[in-house]
Amino acid sequence: MSERVIPPKPLSFPGGIHPAKDGKGLTEHKAVEKAPLLEDYVVLVSQNVGAPPKVTVKKGDAVKKGDILAEAGGFVSAALHSPTSGVITDIGEAPGPMGVNVPAIFIKADGLDEWSDKLPAGLNWREASADELKSRIASSGIVGMGGAAFPTHVKLSPPPDKKIDCVILNGAECEPYLTADHRLMVETPERVLAGAAIMGKILGVENIAIGVELNKPDAIAALEARAQEYGVKIVGLKVQYPQGSEKQLIYAITGRCVPTGGLPMDAGCVVQNVATAAAIYDAVAEGHPLIERVVTITGDIVVNPGNYLVRIGTPVIKLVEWASGVKSEPRKLILGGPMMGFAQKSYNVPVSKNTSGVLLLGGAEIIQYESSSCIRCGMCVRGCPMHLSPGPLSMLIENEKFDLAGQNHVMDCLECGACAYACPAHRPLVQHMRRAKAEIRRAGKK
Amino acid sequence: MSEENKSAIMMPKADDLILSSSPHIHSDVNVRKIMLKVILALVPALIASVIFFGWDAVRVIVITALSAVVAEGLWLWLAKRPLTPLRDLSALLTGLLLAMNLPSNASWWICVVGGFLAIWVGKQVFGGLGHNIFNPALVARVALLIALPAAMTTWTPTGGLLEKNMRLPSGENVSITTVAESEAPAVISCATPLGEAAELKRTPNGAATFAPITEKSDYVKYFLGERLGSLGETSCLALLIGGIALMFMKLIKWQIPIFFIATVAVFTAIVHLCAPAMTPPPLFHLLTGGLLLGAFFMATDMVTSPMTTGGCILFGVGCGVITCVIRIWGGYPEGVSFSILLMNALVPLIDRLFQLRPFGYVRKRA
Ligand code: SF4
Ligand code: SF4
Repeated sequence: MSERVIPPKPLSFPGGIHPAKDGKGLTEHKAVEKAPLLEDYVVLVSQNVGAPPKVTVKKGDAVKKGDILAEAGGFVSAALHSPTSGVITDIGEAPGPMGVNVPAIFIKADGLDEWSDKLPAGLNWREASADELKSRIASSGIVGMGGAAFPTHVKLSPPPDKKIDCVILNGAECEPYLTADHRLMVETPERVLAGAAIMGKILGVENIAIGVELNKPDAIAALEARAQEYGVKIVGLKVQYPQGSEKQLIYAITGRCVPTGGLPMDAGCVVQNVATAAAIYDAVAEGHPLIERVVTITGDIVVNPGNYLVRIGTPVIKLVEWASGVKSEPRKLILGGPMMGFAQKSYNVPVSKNTSGVLLLGGAEIIQYESSSCIRCGMCVRGCPMHLSPGPLSMLIENEKFDLAGQNHVMDCLECGACAYACPAHRPLVQHMRRAKAEIRRAGKK
Repeated sequence: MSEENKSAIMMPKADDLILSSSPHIHSDVNVRKIMLKVILALVPALIASVIFFGWDAVRVIVITALSAVVAEGLWLWLAKRPLTPLRDLSALLTGLLLAMNLPSNASWWICVVGGFLAIWVGKQVFGGLGHNIFNPALVARVALLIALPAAMTTWTPTGGLLEKNMRLPSGENVSITTVAESEAPAVISCATPLGEAAELKRTPNGAATFAPITEKSDYVKYFLGERLGSLGETSCLALLIGGIALMFMKLIKWQIPIFFIATVAVFTAIVHLCAPAMTPPPLFHLLTGGLLLGAFFMATDMVTSPMTTGGCILFGVGCGVITCVIRIWGGYPEGVSFSILLMNALVPLIDRLFQLRPFGYVRKRA
């Protein structure tokens, strides 16, 4: 089962786009550098989907690296740990990734960077029981690091009526510019593979696959060299956006369709990001909670773009500094990739568990498009991985016909941006979809 | 990253970051580029029209295109709207397409009225580009055809065609001199091949034969464009060059022209086989009239054609069937324009019929 599975016609999904410029060349060959220790860290309290964790420290408390800062606030929640040793200087607010200020814990580092002595011992994952492994993942504060930030232990606890027979790791990294996952797979493939095997063990699944886009042959080779030991299949995927979207990835690898409105488990699959798998391995084998991750700092105007292993809570401005600053004034700061990332208004926004990249755009890359009427060219329809008709949908939404938009399946939209990327009339299709989804959810709640 | 050069590096100032929704990158296509490419694809046909119809073609093309652009600008100005839509070149394209559908001897005011009809009645009253149901150029052409049937179907050979290809509807070749000697009226008008076919069909007792217009040398002429007809429809060669380029650039949905043309071929082949006196053979139908111009350039207008693959196939087949019905049994010798307009009207219905199912769609049990 661990043979290389690169079919003659690379696996893919119907629809999708090929962004003209992938920007990965800026950083894909740059080894991950360990970021220097900072004096101040700002750890946002809520870094997961679901209930925010409950802060358990107070101002003035001394903490060690890996100490609990906040406990999970429920089952669908994740604990938070200190990125270094030092003192809690404040519990207040800091700029969050969604543009508003959010609760945050401020830590002044003592420069010693000492691990906590309360950390659990490393486990031999091949011998540990599934429950032991799962509770270790839960207590280590691991969430989906590809962007979703969904608590990982929840995904690994499917309801008993859903039979899971396939674990899929997302190494597609289909977002242009980002290379954090790529470097992770090239440099520490064994962590990714072991993390995958651990998830397989927890779910009692032997069918484990890692999907990697074919534009990362070095990652595929590195994983493959060790794949056999872990009983993991490496699957080459066509370079096509959004190959790394859960539903599209499941289809590409297994040929199964997640039913509309359903979750991967409805197709018998659990999908996790490769970075999440590596974090799982660290938590299990080393007892280390999730306090650092690889982040790509990139953009054509960045002097020295690269990949850094940074602590959660590092303000983004520091990454820009490590990358030797910028060549010209950026007009956009984006957390995540250019297709689905969020524009920021402050460089003080800290790195969260799901921050895979920091992208600076400026100069000619910023064009403020004027949108015009839909010319019904159908490019959005061809590009939509969910096979919606974004153009006609957006016209319904413009006329505030939200229920009609709902009947036309707007709720299935992934907000992947493929349609808006392709639209020659520059229509704000993703905003329209978001608006309709919000309206429909609101109407549903009433 | 060292301390010394830290002071030298340029750090962002963070005061005017743009907050906008994803995606943050965009493909470099835009409406203007699409229109420009379609216009370029029309260039071979434009050149062919000048070769065959001479300066009259230039006159018609320039006046019609200009009127369309002026009409667009005037409408926007009257409606107190920004003139930016002019930049998308769609009015110019509409004007050029209309010119391709006019006879070379169309008088200047027909061109002007046509340009205004296309833009105002065909497009702007619906709300501008993207909101029109019918192909604007065809709206103008058909309106002119109905209002001024004589002017629109009087095909006077001009330019290079003046000396050549003079043939009376009976199929008998004449030359300028013989016409002059027989004291023909000052305006010489002849028929298009389709008109000739309609004429031949009227031969009594069902003894019609299309032999005089379907010889091998005739086909070569039809293919190259040495025949009468609207400006842009005559040269199959030029239209094929442009049409194939459009298909390769994926600017038109290939299903529309291919199914349109194939339907005409199959339909006329069947009729011709069953009743040779009813209609000329299929090749004649493919090479004459406005079929190629209609199939490649008029039916494929993005705004007025279906969005899905299945819809495009149905649309193409529908255009083909209606064209044949009009050509064979209808009152007009040519049916391409009418068929496209009729199918334009059905597009919303076709789109509904071929509604895409979302990925992973499962029909909910009622
Ligand atoms: S891509 Fe834009 S212009 Fe084309 S059909 Fe979609 S929304 Fe309309
Ligand atoms: S953003 Fe939504 S509508 Fe647009 S391509 Fe992605 S899934 Fe389709």
